[in-house]
Amino acid sequence: MLILSLYIACFILLLLIYKFVIKNFTTKGKEKKITTITFGDESAVKPNRTASILSILTLFFIWCAFTGSNLSPIHAPGPFTGDTTFTYTAKNIENKIDTAQVFIRVNPTDNPLTRPSPANNNKNDFTTNDTAQTSVYRSVLIRVKNNDSGAKDKAYVITEINNQAIQAKQTIQVDNGEVSLSSKGSLFFTPDKGWQMEPIWLPAPEAVLTRLLEIAKDGYQNVGLFENIGWSLLRVIAGFLLGCIVGIPLGYAMGLSSWFRGWFDPIVEFMRPIPPLALIPLVIIWFGIWESGKISLLFLAALWIMTIAARAGVSGVNISKIHAAYSLGASKLQILTHVIIPNSLPEIFTGARVAMGVCWGTVVAAELVAAEKGAGKMIIAASKFQQTDIVIMGIILIGLIGYTIDMLMRVAEKTLVPWKGKS
Amino acid sequence: MTQSVDKHASASLHINNVSMSFKLPDGSSTDALKDISINLREGELLSILGPSGCGKTTLLNIIAGFLSPTKGSVSLNNHLVTGPSAERGMVFQQGALFEWMNVRKNIGFGPSMQNTPSEIIKQRVDHLLKTVGLHGFGEKNVYELSGGMQQRVSLARCLANDPDVILMDEPLGALDALTREKMQGLILKLWKETGKTIILITHSVEEALLLGERLIVMAPRPGRVHKEYQLPFAEQAITTDIREVKKQTDFTKTREEILSMIWEMEEEIMGRKA
Repeated sequence: MLILSLYIACFILLLLIYKFVIKNFTTKGKEKKITTITFGDESAVKPNRTASILSILTLFFIWCAFTGSNLSPIHAPGPFTGDTTFTYTAKNIENKIDTAQVFIRVNPTDNPLTRPSPANNNKNDFTTNDTAQTSVYRSVLIRVKNNDSGAKDKAYVITEINNQAIQAKQTIQVDNGEVSLSSKGSLFFTPDKGWQMEPIWLPAPEAVLTRLLEIAKDGYQNVGLFENIGWSLLRVIAGFLLGCIVGIPLGYAMGLSSWFRGWFDPIVEFMRPIPPLALIPLVIIWFGIWESGKISLLFLAALWIMTIAARAGVSGVNISKIHAAYSLGASKLQILTHVIIPNSLPEIFTGARVAMGVCWGTVVAAELVAAEKGAGKMIIAASKFQQTDIVIMGIILIGLIGYTIDMLMRVAEKTLVPWKGKS
Repeated sequence: MTQSVDKHASASLHINNVSMSFKLPDGSSTDALKDISINLREGELLSILGPSGCGKTTLLNIIAGFLSPTKGSVSLNNHLVTGPSAERGMVFQQGALFEWMNVRKNIGFGPSMQNTPSEIIKQRVDHLLKTVGLHGFGEKNVYELSGGMQQRVSLARCLANDPDVILMDEPLGALDALTREKMQGLILKLWKETGKTIILITHSVEEALLLGERLIVMAPRPGRVHKEYQLPFAEQAITTDIREVKKQTDFTKTREEILSMIWEMEEEIMGRKA
């Protein structure tokens, strides 16, 4: 909730600052706008690149701030480390009351564990001062009874913490943490956690970066980073290409022949809404968990998308073009190669972009289920060892690669199908 | 066109008793065309006019060979039309150019489908680019051209095949009024220079008057020939200014006559519907 409100606050604040800066400090704000009406004119809405950069920086800043990263000067309050103390009051069998002090040291994770020095261990009456140590985020059991005389009696009870009355199963706030009394009469101290994330939930960016460099150099579980990603990419490309090789001709056939359309329509329409992930169990049973299984799965993921794209490409051809080609003396084969296929290229490219995206998502999921090497395998293995930094690194890499693939497809589309949307 | 000398310069086209009926989804059938007979001599310029739904496009598709009539036949140079062929070129209203080819390749499409040597294609395309006023635009992409220029490419592409008959399906329908007038002049010029037989379909009365030695007004339900005119305006417009031709009292009188004829047809349809 806090993070969400902070994010919204950043959004609004940066928007206001941006408007202010544009209005007062740049010439752009003072130029007369060419169009007076932009609201509702969708073509006038272009992604503001400043906003994009600020958006990424904001996310990064929040990540840094809530993980105590060195990269950000401002942090959310972190977990407590250092020494703290509280007092407890006990009552013994003779109904006498006595108070002693507990000294606690909360160690940062990367320091060796040390106890506070047995400070001022004065023996009051029957209670004795205690010491304890723990590390950040971890609660600790304080064995106050060990050195108190008469503590073995059933009548011995702890009654107060910092002079506040306490009963079993109650928790009391003390400096830098909280103290709870269990039903069996023992004391637990939990240090303040602060607002930051534990590294096991979300590691700091530099931890992820360090891990990335480390794995890029040494690999993870004897498999290099690039080997992992390379295997995933290889599977995607193999599955995608197979899907294209079968799907595109099938789509053309469905667009050109009633028999093909009738025969394959039920199959395509039935298979299309099934998410490829739902096929994983069956594919594993049929093709095994190794490469053939994964490539078959990706083939199926790409196949229907490419079939439908090619079919749509054929049905999207303006009948005037076909008639024109006929009346210019083209044969059926020439119409296929010179009119129908080039005309369907924009649709095929749209389909290919979708198929690539689906394949990339599916390969990661398939590797989560079973694989020896691969990006998905790397993160599932890391999650089993609670190596959240590797999981995060893997997710970022998968996202970046997916984005890169789509960008490359867009560039290819622009160069190969420059007439798209212009007919 | 020097190439046209060695072939038929143009050809005679006969439309014999053509009828066309379409089956409706409810099982009944509707007559789109009924007993249409038109004979064209070589090099004739015929314009066909009629209210929407009178079957003029259906008729053109039958002549082109995209549809086969339920009754009757079409013959060109004494052989029956059974399907589309390069001897009957067609110019469409819009969207029939191939965006993946530049202007030059679009115009040369027909000859290159016949494996004509590329030198000959190049010569022919260069010549046609000049003829239609697109000199220097050969390497442009067609989607970069204006609507009028695209139609010039369409005309040139059709002519590149040296067809016997040119069928035009509202070729200027999508153009603005000014461009349209210019293109009307171009069509007349091409007709005179090439001596092709041309059938032009339009819904503009003015255009039909100008671009027809002969004008056929069709009536709907069933589509049939309603009235025929022999007109002098096409010939006149070649030698004099188009705008002057359109100003003549003869021209305006005929235009008003045909307009009220079509109005009556439209009202009759609306009345019958109500």
